[in-house]
Amino acid sequence: MTEKQLMRGSHVIGEAAVRAGCRFYAGYPITPQNELTEYMAGAMSRIEDGVFIQAESELAAVNMVIGAAMAGARTMTSSSSPGVSLKQEGISYLAAQELPAVIVNTMRGGPGLGNIAPSQGDYFQATRGGGHGDYRHIVLAPASGQELADLTRTAFEYADRYRTPVMILGDGMMGQMMEPVTFPEPLDLTGLPDKPWKLDGAKGRPSRVILSLLLNTALEEELNWKLFRKYETIAQEIPAAETFMTEDARMVVIAYGTAARIAKGAVKALREKGLRVGLLRPVTLWPFPDRVIRDMSRSVADFLAFEMSTGQMVEDVRLALEGRARVHFYGRPGGIVPTPDEIAGVLHTRYERSGLGGLS
Amino acid sequence: MAKKIFERPRYLKENVYHYCPGCGHSIIHRLVAEVLDELAIGERTIGVPPAGCAVLAYNYLDVDMGEAPHGRGAAVATGIKRMLPDRIVFTYQGDGDIAAIGTAETIHAANRGENVTVIFVNNGVYGMTGGQMAPTTLLGQSSTTTPGGRDRSRDGMPIDLSQMLAVTGGSVYIERTAVHSPKHVRRTKKALAKAFKTQMQGLGFSLVEVVSQCPTNWKMTPADACRWIEETILSFYPLKVIKDEVGDI
Repeated sequence: MTEKQLMRGSHVIGEAAVRAGCRFYAGYPITPQNELTEYMAGAMSRIEDGVFIQAESELAAVNMVIGAAMAGARTMTSSSSPGVSLKQEGISYLAAQELPAVIVNTMRGGPGLGNIAPSQGDYFQATRGGGHGDYRHIVLAPASGQELADLTRTAFEYADRYRTPVMILGDGMMGQMMEPVTFPEPLDLTGLPDKPWKLDGAKGRPSRVILSLLLNTALEEELNWKLFRKYETIAQEIPAAETFMTEDARMVVIAYGTAARIAKGAVKALREKGLRVGLLRPVTLWPFPDRVIRDMSRSVADFLAFEMSTGQMVEDVRLALEGRARVHFYGRPGGIVPTPDEIAGVLHTRYERSGLGGLS
Repeated sequence: MAKKIFERPRYLKENVYHYCPGCGHSIIHRLVAEVLDELAIGERTIGVPPAGCAVLAYNYLDVDMGEAPHGRGAAVATGIKRMLPDRIVFTYQGDGDIAAIGTAETIHAANRGENVTVIFVNNGVYGMTGGQMAPTTLLGQSSTTTPGGRDRSRDGMPIDLSQMLAVTGGSVYIERTAVHSPKHVRRTKKALAKAFKTQMQGLGFSLVEVVSQCPTNWKMTPADACRWIEETILSFYPLKVIKDEVGDI
């Protein structure tokens, strides 16, 4: 481990990616994530086999990542909401061709050009397989500087392990925030397992093809079921969530990323007033940690989903609970970042209306 | 004792071409296979096929192949080549793929001087989708989306992508050839060899545009298609070395 250092969120992702063995980065300027692209430009120039390309578009960037992934490299691209929409073509191909890659989405207000303020409006796009076809990809939602470092390392590990694109879903707040971070030691790339599918020239072996065109419908169905089984395995193995003060909670707020930090402040404030509230923070958005939420419904009858959107993750909360508990929602879309006080007020009102008691 | 004077190239698989009778792709595939063998680079070559008729190129070319989304061949090739600079990377793209949906990726790869080779097959039509107007369709030429012929005021002029690429700073060798006669087939093979040699020497972006026949979508016999190339297409797309900063290699 290295010494603790104070770093901006976007730079943390960049440094963690380099230490995770990322050797190819392609990106295109878009606010609020330019600091990551700029960090990678500097970092890659200091690594002998590192490649940085400022691409002509987000489309080109993700397709360059496809090529570098085919060649066996650990690869990353990043953008913000409108740019990630453009990348969806490539993400669908990465999923179909089972290529590992890390995609960072620093979400901003939308739809359309929107604005450059922090938002969580891309949850559906991220968790439902935002491109065409029947696929999913892993989505990780860091909520602190340290977690940006840790989950970036994890993202590269998952991408290789499952041969899938992995998205790190943050927002402008996560990207700009300065927090103390301790990085893991740089990975020794020679210790990584070989990729027996990569394209590096058919010397002394049969030639290989990486494709996604399957005109034979039986083969395409087989690929879809193969991907489905992989997604089932992922859904068994990696769901993760943080719980905070949920042991005796009568109402639990569910929020991720920046919204979870705000909600945590609200929960602390209400606990001081004697309200039995807690926080559940999904760390993996796909696969969604539905088991831990379902288990919690044995003792909790009221959940409140809080998002910086008009309500997207709340659908996964309802699906996880399947009617076992009441699901409330509070959202602030469009780039508005509410204060912990505002969320505390909302929680407090819901708490009382649900008959859980007022101030003691 | 019999002497073998003609055989299947080493890097051509034993599959029967799916291409239509008279199509130029099978000739061009064979030339690529021959050149890879003659330059002894087949074992370190990675090809990037397009979306379009030639998407199945990996059924024929016996080298590592990685399929690109429609038009993105130059970007995918960039990613491969930058990670594996000692390998030989080529794309194989049709006119719709490279000169319409993939224009941006192609121009910028050329401008960066990516050390890759592009084989651009220009037959003036979207073949696999059934004969729609391509960016290279000639004025007056009928297609399923220009039933009365391509009209300048409605459909614009046919584009000359190779000329456009020639003005980029990173391209070093661009030649337009054809495969409608044995003479032109031989010339095309020479151009392909020079393009790959350009890459082997690390000189920059190389491209061979091959004017090719599509009798099916042109609704002609193979013989008429070859005549139409000679008499009509080549007057708009003249065969020539468009850019050569490489010289004799």
